[in-house]
Amino acid sequence: MAEIEISHVYKTFKTKEGEVHALNDVSLSIEAGDIFGIIGMSGAGKSTLVRCMNYLETPTEGSVRVQGQELSELSNKQLRKKRENIGMIFQHFNLLMQKSVIENICFPLYIQGVSKKKAVKRAEELLKIVGLSDKAKAYPSQLSGGQKQRVAIARALASNPKILLCDEATSALDPQTTSSILELLRKINQDFGITIVIITHQMSVVREICKNVAIMKEGQIVEKGDTIEIFNHPKSDVAKELLSSDVDSPTDKETIHTASNIQNGIRVRIVYSENSAFEPVISNMILTFKEPVNILKASTKNVGGVAKGEMILEFKKDFAGLSEVQKYFRERNIDMEVVDDKWKEGVINVE
Amino acid sequence: MWSEEVVTMIENGIVETLYMTLVSTFFGYLFGLPMGVLLCITDKDGLKPNRVIYKILDVIANIVRSIPFLILLILLIPFTRLILGKSYGSTATIVPLVAAAIPFIARMVESSLKEVDAGVVEAARAMGAGTFRIIVKVLLVEGRTSIITGATIAIGTILGYSAMAGAVGGGGLGDIAVRYGYYRYQTDIMIVTVVLLVLTVQIFQSVGMFIAKHLDKR
Repeated sequence: MAEIEISHVYKTFKTKEGEVHALNDVSLSIEAGDIFGIIGMSGAGKSTLVRCMNYLETPTEGSVRVQGQELSELSNKQLRKKRENIGMIFQHFNLLMQKSVIENICFPLYIQGVSKKKAVKRAEELLKIVGLSDKAKAYPSQLSGGQKQRVAIARALASNPKILLCDEATSALDPQTTSSILELLRKINQDFGITIVIITHQMSVVREICKNVAIMKEGQIVEKGDTIEIFNHPKSDVAKELLSSDVDSPTDKETIHTASNIQNGIRVRIVYSENSAFEPVISNMILTFKEPVNILKASTKNVGGVAKGEMILEFKKDFAGLSEVQKYFRERNIDMEVVDDKWKEGVINVE
Repeated sequence: MWSEEVVTMIENGIVETLYMTLVSTFFGYLFGLPMGVLLCITDKDGLKPNRVIYKILDVIANIVRSIPFLILLILLIPFTRLILGKSYGSTATIVPLVAAAIPFIARMVESSLKEVDAGVVEAARAMGAGTFRIIVKVLLVEGRTSIITGATIAIGTILGYSAMAGAVGGGGLGDIAVRYGYYRYQTDIMIVTVVLLVLTVQIFQSVGMFIAKHLDKR
């Protein structure tokens, strides 16, 4: 049985301008232990959908079952009890600004009537898990965004939930911090078997962590399934659009990493502008030098209005004609340089 | 330069003013704070929206706040007599002062609580907190700096109102300023009492701001 089962959910908001259909016949099933992504442009209804999973928003119509329990059948008191089982984190962290880190984490435990001593002990354990043991006495205003989100995660985990809902949890964070938060979420998923639902508009987040994904547009789910499958064969226009916005994917890291394990050859980077793209340069180079080349990465970037292409090529370790190749490229107005591992961290940019 | 009588009168004036102001503020918050909380949570975006309750409190607050204090002071004489047995003196002045303070305080509490980040309230709801707990542990805690700042404003306003206490024999510095300075042209006494009033407000303001700043962890 699915951990979260949403069937035929509608949500309509009444505004002065008329009715807004935030959710329009949404059905979704999330298995226990999954990391499930819900992605869409802003206004697609994904935040409303996630709020239906803990009934912060009551659906206008349809059924929401969490761990087999139909939420609409619960009394207010039962619903509050149920929510203790569903942690939630937010884009803007939503910490109590007037309370210290440790008190913030104790807060949900106090709600459940846990004694102060036990709550503090649990909070300290959680701080260790999120790696902020030294910040117990600090106030949220003294923390960075990533640290605040870690506190929020610790707070969400305090009551030992089985489900963690993440509403744009990384949208206010820079890419490095985003990665570290996602890493933490993955760890939580693995170590505690917590089902994680991630709402995001960033394809990179889905790619990095989600096992399954649903793509939303205008209150409806247009595509759902295995993340890799959707990445390889996106069917809907929204999926294609979201994928195309996801440039410079660090997933290459893994591919590149595997490739370098096999080959471990000489890597070069070439940069070309659009006018040099008329000639099949790489093909001709291979034919000229009779040397196999591994293309590790290729991308085009808009640099100051000019399309600049960048490629990372790999030659065999014992290849001796590198200077010849360089000369060949230079004749065709293409810059070439030998690179070390720096490009892996994405340090290299087109000049 | 002044007779002992005048000095004693001014001393008494200080005590009466402080008495009226502080006791009125206390009772003002005793009733105004819950009223402000109710206004906040029953409003349409509140925790427990309730049009009827909100509208009733809203109208009461607006009516009382729009009646000039001097009129309220006189209007409430029968009511004051009913609950205190007499309708003159400092204590009697406290009744209309509280009546005027409650809606004023309620409005300030309401706006302080509405400043609290809706996201934090949502987070508390997501954790399974009930309405009462959210009020006590989230709204009042997160809004405390603003509430205390509001309280210093309330004290200043109540102190200003108390100057009209003379109309019902309430005493206090304001009364002295009006009687001696205005009616008897004893400018020196008026200046002294006004300076004392200014100082009192200044002290309350500074203390209030100090506490608010000290408690604010943002």
